[in-house]
Amino acid sequence: MKVHVDMEKCQHYGQCVFEADDVFSLGDDGKLVYKADVDDSRRSDVESAVDVCPMQAITVE
Amino acid sequence: MKVLIVGAGLAGLRSAESLRGVGFAGEITIVGEEPHFPYNRPPLSKDALANGLTIADLEFKRRESIADVTWIFNDSAISTDYQKQNVLLDSGRLESFDVLVAATGIRPRRLKVPGAEKSKFSLRNFMEAQELRASMLGARKMVIVGAGFIGCEIAATARKLGIDVAVVAADPEPMFRPLGAEFGRAMRRRHEAHDVSFHMDAKIAGYLGGDSATGVSLESGEEILGDLVVEAIGSLPNTEWLAGGELDLQDGVLVDSSMRATAPSDLSVYAVGDVARYAFDLFDSTPRRIEHWNLPTETGRRAGKSIAHFLTTGEVLAEPVNFVPSFWSDQYDDNLQSFGILGIADSIKVVEGDLMGDCVVEYLRGDNVVGVVGVNTSAKLAPYRKRFQEIN
Ligand SMILES: Cc1cc2nc3c(=O)[nH]c(=O)nc-3n(C[C@H](O)[C@H](O)[C@H](O)COP(=O)(O)OP(=O)(O)OC[C@H]3O[C@@H](n4cnc5c(N)ncnc54)[C@H](O)[C@@H]3O)c2cc1C
Ligand code: SF4
Repeated sequence: MKVHVDMEKCQHYGQCVFEADDVFSLGDDGKLVYKADVDDSRRSDVESAVDVCPMQAITVE
Repeated sequence: MKVLIVGAGLAGLRSAESLRGVGFAGEITIVGEEPHFPYNRPPLSKDALANGLTIADLEFKRRESIADVTWIFNDSAISTDYQKQNVLLDSGRLESFDVLVAATGIRPRRLKVPGAEKSKFSLRNFMEAQELRASMLGARKMVIVGAGFIGCEIAATARKLGIDVAVVAADPEPMFRPLGAEFGRAMRRRHEAHDVSFHMDAKIAGYLGGDSATGVSLESGEEILGDLVVEAIGSLPNTEWLAGGELDLQDGVLVDSSMRATAPSDLSVYAVGDVARYAFDLFDSTPRRIEHWNLPTETGRRAGKSIAHFLTTGEVLAEPVNFVPSFWSDQYDDNLQSFGILGIADSIKVVEGDLMGDCVVEYLRGDNVVGVVGVNTSAKLAPYRKRFQEIN
C-alpha cells in the first residue's frame, strides 16, 4: 500500500503517530517523517491515521 | 435492523464508518440539516476564512464501506417518538429507527441584546463562514465579541487580511476558561503584538447602528465601533429534538462509556461528538461535554462498536472511556496543541521555554498532570498523551 502525506497541508501535529508509530513519526526538529511503502497488514491503523489527521493531509492507495 | 444517525457531521460520519467497520450489515440512514456531506470545520476560522476554500476542499473522504448509506440532506429532526421509535423531520417525513444516534453537535450561542439586525455574524458552518468572509473582505475594522479559541482565531485571520480588530469579552483574559489567567494573558500579548485591541471584563449593552450593526455599546458606556460584529460567545447543544423522553439533556446528551444514553434503559439511543456528555475515565468520573475535534472520531468509533456488540450479545459494552481530549489552534504563526483536560487543573507549570515564546506548559491538579499545552512544540507533547493513558 502507498501512503502519501500532502506536506503543504501537514502542520506536524503528530496525531497520526499515535495510530501507527511504525509508519509516522516526528523527527527531532518536530517535522513529520513517514514511510511511503507500507505492508498491507498495516492498512487498518494507517486508515485510522487518515481519520485523525486534523489537516486531512494523509491519503492511502 | 435500522440505525438512524441524526447529524451529518464528523461524529455522524465516523459512527457510520465504525458500524460498517465492525460488520454491521443493516440499514444506515443519516439525516443532516446542511446541504453538504460531512466536512471539516476547523478551517472555517483559519484557512477557509482567510483564503476562501470550497466545500470540496473541506469534505471528508468517505470510506467505500459506507457507499450504501442513505443520506438525507437539507432536513432536520424536529421531535422524537420514543414509543413508536421514529423521528419527525422538518419536511414532515417520519424516519423510523431501531437504534438512534444523536450526532447533532452544537450551535453558537447568540447575544440577547437590542439593536441592529444586520452585519452581525456567528461561525459554525460553511454558509456562515462564506457570509462572514464576504463581509470581512469589505471591512476596515471589525468587532469580535468573545475571546475563546474561535474568537481569537477569527481575530488572527482578520489581521492577516489587514482588518483592524477589537475583541470584547466578559472574561478577564482571552481563552481564559481553558488556558487560565496566566497563559491567557500571554496569549493576549501575542495578539496585541499584532495590533488587536482587547476590551476585557466587559458586558455588552446593545448593538450600535440602525439596520446594520456599526459596533457595540458596553454597559460601561463605552462604544466599540466596527463595520461588522462577530459573536463567538460559546455554544448550545442541539438536543431540542430529543425532548419529551427520559434522556438527561442538561448540557448535551448524558451517555455512558459505550456512548449509550443512560435512560431509558430499554431504548437504544446513543450520542456522539460535541453533543455527547460523558465521563473521561482516565481523569475522573464527572461527565463532561468537550468540543475537541478528536472526540467525534473517538466517540463515533466507540458507538459503532457498542451498537454492534449490543445487537449481537444483548449486552452493553463495558469498556472505560480511554480517550484523551486533544485540540489544536492556529493563531498567526503559532500552533497551540493540547492533550488532557485543562479545565480541571488548579495550577500550571512552564516546563520548557516561556509563555511568550515556544513553550510546553503542564496543567496540574494537585501533583497530577491532567493536561499539557504546547506552543510550536508538538513533538514534545506526544509522551504526555501516552502518560495520560497509562497512569491517570
Ligand atoms: C470555526 C470552528 C473552528 C474549530 N476549530 C477547532 C480546532 O482548531 N481544534 C479543535 O480541536 N476543534 C475545533 N473545532 C471544533 C470541531 O470542529 C468540532 O468539535 C467538531 O466539528 C464536532 O463534530 P460533530 O460531528 O460532533 O458536530 P458538527 O460538526 O457540528 O455536526 C453536527 C451536524 O448536525 C447538524 N444538525 C444539527 N441539528 C440537527 C437536526 N435537528 N437535524 C439534523 N441535523 C442537525 C448540523 O447542521 C451539523 O451539520 C472548531 C469548530 C468550529 C466551528
Ligand atoms: S496528523 Fe496530519 S497534520 Fe499531523 S503530523 Fe500527521 S499528517 Fe501531519
